[in-house]
Amino acid sequence: MVCNCDVLVVGAGVVGCAVARELARYKLNVAVAEKNNDLFGGTSARNSGVLHAGFNNTPGTLMAKLCVEGNAGFDKVAEELDIPLKRTGKIVVGFDEEDRKRLIALKEQGEKNGVPGLSMIDHDEVKKLAPCVEGEFALFSASTAILDPFQYVLALAENAVKNGVEFFFSHPVTAIEKLSGEEANWSVTFGEDTMRCRWIVNAAGLFADKISDMLGKTGYTIYPCRGEYFILDKRLGDMLPLPAYPVPNIRTGGLGIHLTPTSDGNVLIGPSTEYIDDRGDYSATRKTMDMLVEDGSRIFPHIRREHYIRNFSGIRPKLTGPDKGGYNDFVIEPLENAVNLVGIESPGLTASVPIARMVVNMIGEKEKLVENPDFDPIRRRFATFHDKDTQTRAEMIEKDPNYGEIICRCETITKAEILNAIRGPLGAKTVTGVKYRCRSTMGRCQGGYCQTRITEMLMSELGLTREEVLYAQEGSNMFTGRVIDDEDNQ
Amino acid sequence: MKITNKRIVIIGAGPAGLAAAIALYERGERDIVMLEREAAPGGILRQCIHDGFGLTRFGESLSGPEYAERFIEKAKQLNIEIITNATVIELNEDKTVTAATPNGLLVFKAQAVILSMGCRERTRGALAIPGRRPAGVYTAGVAQAYINLKNTMVGKEAVILGSGDIGMIMARRLTLEGAKVKGVYEIQSYPSGLPRNVEQCLNDYGIPLYLSHTVTKINGEKRLESIVVSEVDDKMRPIEGTEQEITCDTLILSVGLIPENELTRMAGAEIDPLTSGAVVDERLQTSVPGVFAAGNVLHVHDLVDFVSLEAEGLADAVIESLNGTLENAEIPVTGDGVIQLIPQRITGKKDVTFALRPRRPGRNGMLKVMQGEQVLAKKKLPKALPAEMEQITVKADKFVSSEPVKVVLSFE
Repeated sequence: MVCNCDVLVVGAGVVGCAVARELARYKLNVAVAEKNNDLFGGTSARNSGVLHAGFNNTPGTLMAKLCVEGNAGFDKVAEELDIPLKRTGKIVVGFDEEDRKRLIALKEQGEKNGVPGLSMIDHDEVKKLAPCVEGEFALFSASTAILDPFQYVLALAENAVKNGVEFFFSHPVTAIEKLSGEEANWSVTFGEDTMRCRWIVNAAGLFADKISDMLGKTGYTIYPCRGEYFILDKRLGDMLPLPAYPVPNIRTGGLGIHLTPTSDGNVLIGPSTEYIDDRGDYSATRKTMDMLVEDGSRIFPHIRREHYIRNFSGIRPKLTGPDKGGYNDFVIEPLENAVNLVGIESPGLTASVPIARMVVNMIGEKEKLVENPDFDPIRRRFATFHDKDTQTRAEMIEKDPNYGEIICRCETITKAEILNAIRGPLGAKTVTGVKYRCRSTMGRCQGGYCQTRITEMLMSELGLTREEVLYAQEGSNMFTGRVIDDEDNQ
Repeated sequence: MKITNKRIVIIGAGPAGLAAAIALYERGERDIVMLEREAAPGGILRQCIHDGFGLTRFGESLSGPEYAERFIEKAKQLNIEIITNATVIELNEDKTVTAATPNGLLVFKAQAVILSMGCRERTRGALAIPGRRPAGVYTAGVAQAYINLKNTMVGKEAVILGSGDIGMIMARRLTLEGAKVKGVYEIQSYPSGLPRNVEQCLNDYGIPLYLSHTVTKINGEKRLESIVVSEVDDKMRPIEGTEQEITCDTLILSVGLIPENELTRMAGAEIDPLTSGAVVDERLQTSVPGVFAAGNVLHVHDLVDFVSLEAEGLADAVIESLNGTLENAEIPVTGDGVIQLIPQRITGKKDVTFALRPRRPGRNGMLKVMQGEQVLAKKKLPKALPAEMEQITVKADKFVSSEPVKVVLSFE
């Protein structure tokens, strides 16, 4: 038996972490169980990193309401958690009269949802905002922002830990049993381990239907819908000051192939919309890659092969299947001694905190929640080196010589930052764990310079043998052993 | 911030930087500092433990570390300052060089800067190879670093994509260390590395080389499980129906090198999209006066010997620049049938050695340097290979006008 807790959150994605942090505001013993060996294993780390305004969602839905709320409240969240948030605004560009009609309809929909700062702008204004983006006219949304999804998830989780939440990685839920006549209401099995708890929050994302079944609420089906992306070189960053979207095709259930600057200055093209069978198949495909570049070039005709840095894909946990398309509303429902979150797809990142508040309220309706007077909402990011001026850099090195050792050349990430990624709360144990926490290997050489150094640091910091070094998930072992057995004879 | 004045700052203490430093010292320069990001000088040669280096420069076959050691020893004898663990993070147009070191931030105000940062490898991402993202996919240089520097074996059953020199050398290296190399797949219809490496690294070990093939899918959720290779057509597009799945736990990519010019761009120097290096004149000065470039940062060389020779060759120009007597180059140079053509601009007043590679392999080639209709120099290339760098020299008195110069390779 691992532990007993008041609330067990299943899933350490952005919603699970936000729920854990919101619950930590109260005198509750909270645990998060995650099937992967780290954060960043699912949809929360594989998306556009856009804080949506809420004009794409049907009025009256939870999606619309929570997206608008989440957007409006995010400055405070970003400040508390010390994560990069840029209120860039966004344009949805159109070319013909059909597009114009749909953009005006979107604007009206947004206004119904209470989205502030929506306006139709003409070609000149498009060019003024984004000189390199094509479009005859556009819907401009002032409140849309870009954020770093990795830092956001990490910050939520770190702050939850700081306030007493415990995380259990590599804990896939294999069974849930309802208890009766005991203090605990549930017994949750993770392979060999079990845990007892009073409440369960299902924040399992792509697997939320399975957990829902285990909680006794059957009937949901998650349809995994893959979206592929290209990451482009930072050299293009200056050419795209804000996200540029085409007019969305309502039918597909995605927002169309768009161009998004990342908070670190890269450019993303994507995502595609493709229903798949395997919920873990984060593949990139030739056909889609070609389509992304072709479609993306229509609104941003500056994409060249030399700009390719990497491809990735994310998978939307949709409640609408391929025959129906479009969107289903978020399911956020109280069950007996549980809260069920199903179909939390886009705009789930934007809505994460309001969703978490709803979860708290649902539990609060069943039992009196006592505020935790020690709750501290503040989390500070370990100081980064790349964005500082010369004087500050000099001072940083003076205080900590590890800041003077550049490990990741492309992103200017120092040894101090990588050590912190490994040593920090919920520290990294893998190469990608280090990557998501501090960006090393994310640059144009993709680890060509720093990967050997990072694996060496993982080994010495965590006491790993070569055979134990992981690239990402369990089983992704990087090395087969030594070349020469006797190291003294090298 | 303390700023140190220096006559010459050299960025990178690999073969190019070391050769340039020694040549400058031998011409009387004393106020030189080399900044090296690694813990020791030598650059990529440190991990190149195979032999074959130095045949042109020294007339004997050396390993990479041995070749580097000759220059490092010499630099030490001459007391040339090399600061290791120093990564240059900023280079300004006014030749201010900022380097991060564990001992503090170093800022130099230089009168001349030599760029000798070398190159990096093209990655899976740059190629956009479809499939999953398992462990076990390495660029050849990273695999080489693990095996030769870190005593770490990367896999047991490997496939190599790309017949670049490092890829072929790694095919041999992996075989020698007990791994099974199932084949080298090359998208072009000819090997992209040197013929001697095809012989010594593949044929001698019975490793098959498949031309006009590429990897079209990577399988494996955790560790690499298999790859799919396909034949490609003459436009290098995969041909449907030719897919073949090969089980392996390791994929080594040897798919090209890219000059590492982040600092060059930061300094505002013009970049040639054809070489991915700086635009230079025949004296190897970039478009920023007083900033010079040599070695793989300028264009990717086939042999390190030519890197050393190129870097030594810029010493006179650096001194002229320091003395204010270096002439501007105004005559543009373009190529036809050639790639990686250096220099891109000339004065027309000095002897010029053009370096280039044939765009395509061919027999009985004729390389000409022209100005208008006038042929300034020509050279027969009985067997032209893109893997091999070619050079052609034009004497100063041959330049007849200030008309643009064209370097043309044609086949009979």
